[in-house]
Amino acid sequence: MAAILELKDVDAHYGGTQALFGVNCAVEAGAVTTLLGANGAGKTSTLRAICGMVRRTGEIRFDGHRIDGKSTEDIVRMGIAHVPEGRGTFTNLTVQENLDLAAHARRDRALVGEDAQRVFGYFPRLKERLRQQAGTLSGGEQQMLAIARSLMMRPRLMLLDEPSFGLAPLVVLEIFQIMQRINREDGVSIFLIEQNAAMALDLAHDAYLVETGRIVMSGKAADLRDDDAIRRTYLGH
Amino acid sequence: MDLFVSQVLSGVASGAIYGCVGLAMVMIFTSTEKINFAQGEMATFSTYVAWTLMTVGLPYWAAFAATVAISFAAGVLIQRTLLAPLRDAPEMSQVIVFFGLFLVFNSASGAIWGYLPFDFPSPVKAFSTGTTLIGAHQLFIILVAVLMLTLLFLFFRYTSLGLCMRAAAQNPVSASLMGVRVGWMLALGWGLSAAVGAVAGIMVAPVVFLEPQMMVGVLLYAFAAALVGGIDSPPGAFVGGIIVGVLENLVGTYLVGTDLKLTVALVLIIAVLIFKPTGLFGSRRVARV
Repeated sequence: MAAILELKDVDAHYGGTQALFGVNCAVEAGAVTTLLGANGAGKTSTLRAICGMVRRTGEIRFDGHRIDGKSTEDIVRMGIAHVPEGRGTFTNLTVQENLDLAAHARRDRALVGEDAQRVFGYFPRLKERLRQQAGTLSGGEQQMLAIARSLMMRPRLMLLDEPSFGLAPLVVLEIFQIMQRINREDGVSIFLIEQNAAMALDLAHDAYLVETGRIVMSGKAADLRDDDAIRRTYLGH
Repeated sequence: MDLFVSQVLSGVASGAIYGCVGLAMVMIFTSTEKINFAQGEMATFSTYVAWTLMTVGLPYWAAFAATVAISFAAGVLIQRTLLAPLRDAPEMSQVIVFFGLFLVFNSASGAIWGYLPFDFPSPVKAFSTGTTLIGAHQLFIILVAVLMLTLLFLFFRYTSLGLCMRAAAQNPVSASLMGVRVGWMLALGWGLSAAVGAVAGIMVAPVVFLEPQMMVGVLLYAFAAALVGGIDSPPGAFVGGIIVGVLENLVGTYLVGTDLKLTVALVLIIAVLIFKPTGLFGSRRVARV
């Protein structure tokens, strides 16, 4: 399988603080890849480095093209949708406006309606709340809106930052099932960061482990799930 | 009674101008959290540009349209060249740039056009409203302001570009993840607010005469207007402008006399900041610490 996303020796800096040290990883086309790690290990920084939201060096390729010198706006327009931590809701805009915004830069206007229908198929609750201010949605609904927004960009790769954060277990389950359908039915590759390592490893094909800004382990998700160290530290059994 | 009605109506007219300048401030504030102190001086400069265009023979509306276009372009240019490089600079650096712009535009107006007041034309001077309660130009001010607000509302509410500008102002990081070119949206915001300021300047000039300090007082009222409305609410700025304009006139006429009118604005600013910092329509900000 060819990699849709490839990071080679990527460093990232916040001001004078280095957050990533020579990170190498890849997301196979059509697969779900997860990046595990403790708080502050460099998970979010990795996603930010991909999208040009933090100063980074090294080589990042999307679909074979270098993107490490490009701006965030140009990178997402190439087909990478980033669902950021905290969900990035435009609280004063309506749900409809949030979705329109996501589709604004698309050239294939004719397909936008079709994508909207698919999104409402996944999240019927959003369709009921189109005219509502997005800030009045519940946390779970806002997470759904964040995923819906990224789908409205018709991405080939989705970067998901802690989609389960702060949500009730049932809502988390629903969101994970939908992510699986997005991957299988729509063929969108997914790079997932998740605190809930057990669920992430169940969904993912491949997995990486990051510690203090360095990738320390990588392999098939199933293999990592059976690894003793991972089980003790991240799965808690 | 006639005095009261005519004071209220002329308050609405001057309030419409305060509201427009206040709106221009709010448009920049919502995306940068800073007050552009040069807003009034930029508007004065624009008004001089309009005056010059009319003096060289352009008809009123042609000069009006050209000035709005020039002001828009100048606003975009100022943001791109002076403020964009400072986006990550400390707050004070940006505030100093605003003060610098204030001085530059104020002095440039005086250096180019001198300090003597000019008579500025109004296209409706020849008309009469058929009543002594409101002058033709005052009515004209209200109509132009309402028309401009309606256009701005339609632009922000119903166009894709307007939506992108709102998104960029509200949540720049998330907006750039939606492919919105945030830097350009900020520049467009500057362009729009400079254009709105230019219209306000052209409207107020026939009332107060055109001279370099023309907008200094107006800016203070506009700031009061923006605060009364809630500093982050564009419609609030306009409503606030009307309230300030009417209050200024009534308090001036019945209570303190015209000499102390400007004090009304100051008292209002302080009162709002003390008793209701969010104004009428502003949003309360809650910060997680």
